[in-house]
Amino acid sequence: MVPILLIALLSLLAQLVLPWWSVALVAFAFCFGRPVSGGRSFLYSFLGVGLVWLGYALLQHSQSGGILTSRMSEVIKLPPTPIYLLVITPLLAGLVAGFAGLSGYWVRQTVLPTVAVKS
Amino acid sequence: MRILKAALSTFIAVALIYALNRSWGAVPAVGPLLSPFTGFWQNAEKPDQLQAKEIDLDGTREPVEVVFDSLHIPHVFARNDYDAYFAQGYLTARDRLWQMEFQTHAAAGRLSEIVGDRAIELDRYNRRLGMGFAAEKSVAFMMDDPRTRETVDAYTAGINAYIAQLKPADYPLEYKLLGYAPEPWQPIKCAYFLKYMSGVLALGADDVAMTNILAKFGPDVTRDLFPDYPHKEDPIIPVGTKWDFLPVYYLKSPKNPKPGKGDFAMNWPRHDPAIGSNNWAVGAEKSATGYPILANDPHLSLSLPSIWYLIQLHTPTMNVMGASMPGSPGVIGGFNENIAWGETNVGSDVLDFYKIKFKDNSRQEYWYDNKWKPVTRRIETVKVKGKPDVIDTVLYTHHGPVMYTQGQKSFARNFPVGYAVRWVAHDAANELLCFYLLNRAKNHDDYREAMLSYGSPAQNFVFADVHKDIAISPNGRFPLKKKEQGKFLLDGTNPADDWLAYIPAVHNPHVKNPTRGFVSSANQSSTDPTYPYYLNWQFAPPERGMRINQRLTAMGKATVDSMAKLQYDNYNLRAANLLPKLLVQVRSGTLSAPQQQALKTVQQWRFNNDIAEVGATIFVEWEKRFMDALWADDMPDADTLPMKMPSADRTMRMIDENPAARWVDDSRTPARETLADIVTRSFQITVDTLTKRHGPQGNAWQWATTKATRIAHLARLDALSAMNVQVGGGTSVVNATTTRTGPSWRLVVALGPTPKGYAALPGGQSGNPGSHYYLNMLEPWRRGQLTPLQFMTSPTAAGTSVHWQLK
Repeated sequence: MVPILLIALLSLLAQLVLPWWSVALVAFAFCFGRPVSGGRSFLYSFLGVGLVWLGYALLQHSQSGGILTSRMSEVIKLPPTPIYLLVITPLLAGLVAGFAGLSGYWVRQTVLPTVAVKS
Repeated sequence: MRILKAALSTFIAVALIYALNRSWGAVPAVGPLLSPFTGFWQNAEKPDQLQAKEIDLDGTREPVEVVFDSLHIPHVFARNDYDAYFAQGYLTARDRLWQMEFQTHAAAGRLSEIVGDRAIELDRYNRRLGMGFAAEKSVAFMMDDPRTRETVDAYTAGINAYIAQLKPADYPLEYKLLGYAPEPWQPIKCAYFLKYMSGVLALGADDVAMTNILAKFGPDVTRDLFPDYPHKEDPIIPVGTKWDFLPVYYLKSPKNPKPGKGDFAMNWPRHDPAIGSNNWAVGAEKSATGYPILANDPHLSLSLPSIWYLIQLHTPTMNVMGASMPGSPGVIGGFNENIAWGETNVGSDVLDFYKIKFKDNSRQEYWYDNKWKPVTRRIETVKVKGKPDVIDTVLYTHHGPVMYTQGQKSFARNFPVGYAVRWVAHDAANELLCFYLLNRAKNHDDYREAMLSYGSPAQNFVFADVHKDIAISPNGRFPLKKKEQGKFLLDGTNPADDWLAYIPAVHNPHVKNPTRGFVSSANQSSTDPTYPYYLNWQFAPPERGMRINQRLTAMGKATVDSMAKLQYDNYNLRAANLLPKLLVQVRSGTLSAPQQQALKTVQQWRFNNDIAEVGATIFVEWEKRFMDALWADDMPDADTLPMKMPSADRTMRMIDENPAARWVDDSRTPARETLADIVTRSFQITVDTLTKRHGPQGNAWQWATTKATRIAHLARLDALSAMNVQVGGGTSVVNATTTRTGPSWRLVVALGPTPKGYAALPGGQSGNPGSHYYLNMLEPWRRGQLTPLQFMTSPTAAGTSVHWQLK
């Protein structure tokens, strides 16, 4: 739980000044610095970043009365309901962060291993 | 193994980011677009997004107060003119930045920079038309007058002050969808915008079709079927008005060149009868208020963001309110404390084609006035997104640009090939000065003075003031032409065929306080044939103007409500005139049961193009099919030899006076058809077509449903457009709402000690599809309801309003 919240917080701060793909840098760095396992690196990164995108998107959706979400869904040739974009948005960021986290973990194991090599 | 996993996961992450961070053809970069931190989510506005605030800006000379009313209309209170136009630029950019940049990019032939190579031919077309050539001349002229220079400079600075503080997350949605960023505004963009409007309103031409008809049928038939004045007309300047000037004449008619084979010319925009407008003013004695009432509704291709931006500008030299166009400083139609004014388009012929005779294929010289004259060249560089630049060389003669020369691939299909374009918008004029003066005008003299500086697109300027004067003037630059000069293609070698001068501006048609007690225009003929100058052989069909004049004549005590009702009038005068002539010809015995049912419906229809009328659907389709059946065999608008049909006015005259004319027979069939054959057959086709399109006759045939009015987003995105708007009206109807065109705004002003303005807008003040002010005014517009405008005298506003201070 704590790693997810930390990734969420750090990625949120990063995105206030950096482009959207800074979520990958945060996930990579976090999983490089605090390696646990490949699966958990992916999961924590996915959830941490995905939650931020979901939360912020939901906030803007509800504050605006959802005025643009359905319209945008139609612009990208999806049915005119908000649900698609509210799912796709966090999913996308989560996947990017997940693979970046995974990459962070495995790069760490390559250059500075923290687990014994079974061979 | 670890290296492999590290490499693979890194590769996937990097590949994902790469793929999501770039655009793929028309698909925008998905990552930044969906990010809640930078993407479209940021464009979704709260209903109460506007909050009172103070904005620190470099550029204003003194603090400016801005009050937004509940419709999101800004009321600007500035202590000097510069600051007012600065604020107008800033506020317009805030609400309409993408629209104003996109339209001026389009005019400048720069869309390829945004959308890639699919716009190259369109860009080349605009450049070959000489838009850049014209805008450069115009902006130099505008900047030459200290008043308009200050206006344009301030407006530009205001727009740029807004752009300067934008972060990518703040960009209007369309920039994010199309993946580019706004660039600084420049004064020439104001000129490009005005040329864009000239392109919309003053570019229609039937010269090619008329030349083909002349070649095929000879001068007698051409004169008979395409006369220079309608059989039934009610011109803008009332018949019998005395001209208060001594005219200068041309006597000789120009000789027209014979068109060669394959030399033209299909897709030049024709005169579009649906694009037109209404305006009128009733005098004090006809008005319930004891003061004049003025009304205006300009019809354009309806689009989103809304074409007009409502604003009030208050400074020590003016207090004006009305509609502005994003890209042009000042107010274009509206009112101040003393006067009200509005515009409709004048269908004068201000575009001609001159056949150019080049010396040889190098095209360095052309024959003119019995000698060879040098051709100048203008290099146009079209930047293309993701592709190398396209370099285009355009040949210029003294007439204007030669848009396409033999063998050149032209936009769409063929344009007049080997002809130079002579267009009024190529000549510099200071339209902005006209609006600058109107915004400050106090009386009829000021209005007349303002008219002198206007060039193009020519407009019928209606006027009313608090001194109880009303007036109208078809005004702009009109080439001083010989009769029928430019009805056909012209010879570019003969100086006698050139435009040698413009009609002196004070000789432009005008009338003040006519005895009938009102003035009006609906794009019909400017004057009766006694006007000593030739403006054009054809204007918009007369029905809208006739209907307006009938209603205004009958009106005793006009009110704002009766004006609003007339703007929304759906009576189809064309149908009232034509339909009885058709119905008596129908051989009902030959009709099938569904055709009988449709016939009954259209017989019972009372000529109203209201939302639920099925009769309107049947008539409109029938009129089209009937005209086609009557004329398309003789004068087909074919690709190889485009022609044009005679007008409805001429057709009705033929039905009345010569129903057995040779034109009635369908020359493609061996049988000899009578009028009854043509009418009956076209009715059968009408019903069959409608059944095929909409199913058996029923609710799906209702007029608003089949018309399916659409207010399309400028980037052609249906999701950001208003589709299938349920509204009546139609071509040749006062409420001229067709599928794609209609009243782009409505204005009524009751003059008096305190003027009262009322307006409707098919959209809203904001250009942001994520704003609650994007479409909030559409519903009252659809219902024909006008909303009172708050004409404020000080920034301390009552009611729901938001206060800004620009410092």
